Amino acid sequence: MNQQVEEIETQQTAEPEPGIYRELMYQGLWKNNPGIVQLLGLCPLLAVSNTLTNALGLGLATLFVLVASNSLISLIRNHVPKAIRIPVFVMIIASLVSCIQLLMNAFIYELYLSLGIFIPLIVTNCIIIGRAEAFASKNSISHAAFDGLMMGLGFSAVLVLLGASREILAQGTLFDGIETLLGDWAQFLTITLYHTDTSFLLAALPPGAFIIMGLIIAVKNSIDLRAEK
Amino acid sequence: MAFMNSSSPHQRQRRNTSQIMLMVILCLIPGVFLQSYFFGIGNLLQISLAAVVALSSEALILKLRKRPVLPSLKDGSALLTGLLIAVSIPPLSPWWIVVIGSAFAVIFVKQLYGGLGQNLFNPAMAAYVVLLISFPVQMTSWIPVQSLHPFSLTFMDQLSAFLSGFTLDGYTVAQISVSIDGLTMATPLDTARNALRSGFTITEMLNSAEFKASSAQAVQWVNIGFLFGGLVLLYKRVIQWYIPAAFLAGLVSFSFIAFAYNPDLNISPLFHIFSGATMLGAFFILTDPVTAATTVKGRIFYGLLIALIVVIIRNIGGYPDAVAFAVLLGNMCVPLIDYYTQPKVYGGRA
Repeated sequence: MNQQVEEIETQQTAEPEPGIYRELMYQGLWKNNPGIVQLLGLCPLLAVSNTLTNALGLGLATLFVLVASNSLISLIRNHVPKAIRIPVFVMIIASLVSCIQLLMNAFIYELYLSLGIFIPLIVTNCIIIGRAEAFASKNSISHAAFDGLMMGLGFSAVLVLLGASREILAQGTLFDGIETLLGDWAQFLTITLYHTDTSFLLAALPPGAFIIMGLIIAVKNSIDLRAEK
Repeated sequence: MAFMNSSSPHQRQRRNTSQIMLMVILCLIPGVFLQSYFFGIGNLLQISLAAVVALSSEALILKLRKRPVLPSLKDGSALLTGLLIAVSIPPLSPWWIVVIGSAFAVIFVKQLYGGLGQNLFNPAMAAYVVLLISFPVQMTSWIPVQSLHPFSLTFMDQLSAFLSGFTLDGYTVAQISVSIDGLTMATPLDTARNALRSGFTITEMLNSAEFKASSAQAVQWVNIGFLFGGLVLLYKRVIQWYIPAAFLAGLVSFSFIAFAYNPDLNISPLFHIFSGATMLGAFFILTDPVTAATTVKGRIFYGLLIALIVVIIRNIGGYPDAVAFAVLLGNMCVPLIDYYTQPKVYGGRA
């Protein structure tokens, strides 16, 4: 699959036409969605999508790191010797993640606590190093930043979808604890869809995440199949 | 089923899937009868609802998959799955438990893998585990044996508890399962686990009021019922003896090791054999032709492996009974077991 991606991308670099932003958008949000097509970053995707707030928080953090790392790497792409590019990329990504981690620690402490180890683990998220290596290191900064934005949005969209369905199934609420992300004014966003004494714990546990993830992938594939016909 | 090689000529009886499933369902009857006798008619309500839900979800998903519906419904495998789920959940648990369980078993565990013969995991046990980890309270409130009830439960009481969670007089299932003297009545394995946790020895536990109030005898009878049904299955050659024998032998020997090491802290082999889902598991669940190992050596190993896991979880694990977990773990090992236990082809190189 990676080879395909690279082929598409080298074609793109060969002739940068005005349609490239639309193509990047289509690739990031749908055709090569990092969450449900490339299946990258499954560990945070499945682990912290238990509520919509957590999913949104991690999605935004990843989005920020992805855009920033893609731009920085694209900026220095002609100055890094090929042999040591991966360690350099990792250093850049790691410092960006540290920034995010410190910022979250300072401004949204409760969300920082509930995301826990998964914030520093953004460093190991394959999407980020994957985009750096496959796209940002070969393309101009505007394309690279836009690609980071779209890939990040695609990943966040899957996270949010997964988080929302798991939260509805397990607790019957939406945006529970959103004030930890957006501040106290956002409390009105918390919606209670139904009350239950017996929550469907499976949805909140990892197997539920796998099952719902599988269903999302199945829906995506069936839409693609329909479109082909 | 296996192919026996003995000298010809033979008069062979070939059974198709629906005959086999029908035989298995019929052989469940003694156990189900005893269970309903001891724990009330709620058991039969569960069974009928499970059957309806299992069959309709099978029909629904076959329709979605554009497969012929009737032949698959007639083979009875969905019905059997529903039955096994209904038998393993507490008789007075609310109706939606069995609905979720049967639908999950048929839709997710069986049909999403490709239908009958394709599933990796035993549908009934996977659904049971889903229910157990999702709704631990409802799934562990076994009501006491009918004759020990503080309140007598009529059929209408049970129907009402099944549908709304309350009896006609407004008691919850949790209240029913507490006897007059305030003892919560649990299954024998639960009682044993709780007693050991609170520092009692097995002997003390066996003589305690809690244990006498628990449904120990009833559970033994139910196990004997399933043993009888299983023996009929063996006699009719619907299942072969390798898996049940290996499982029961393994259960006895592994639990004996623990028991011999410290009889105060480990329940005896006899207790293991006649409590929980041992007999139901040995004859009706482990022998599922789809998810069990297929070679002779493999079947013996599969039975032993599951027995080992059951003993470990029951003795030192966090859950009182373990057959469902053990079966799922065993199912995972089946491809490996089958790979390494392929019999030699006669005349082939060793």
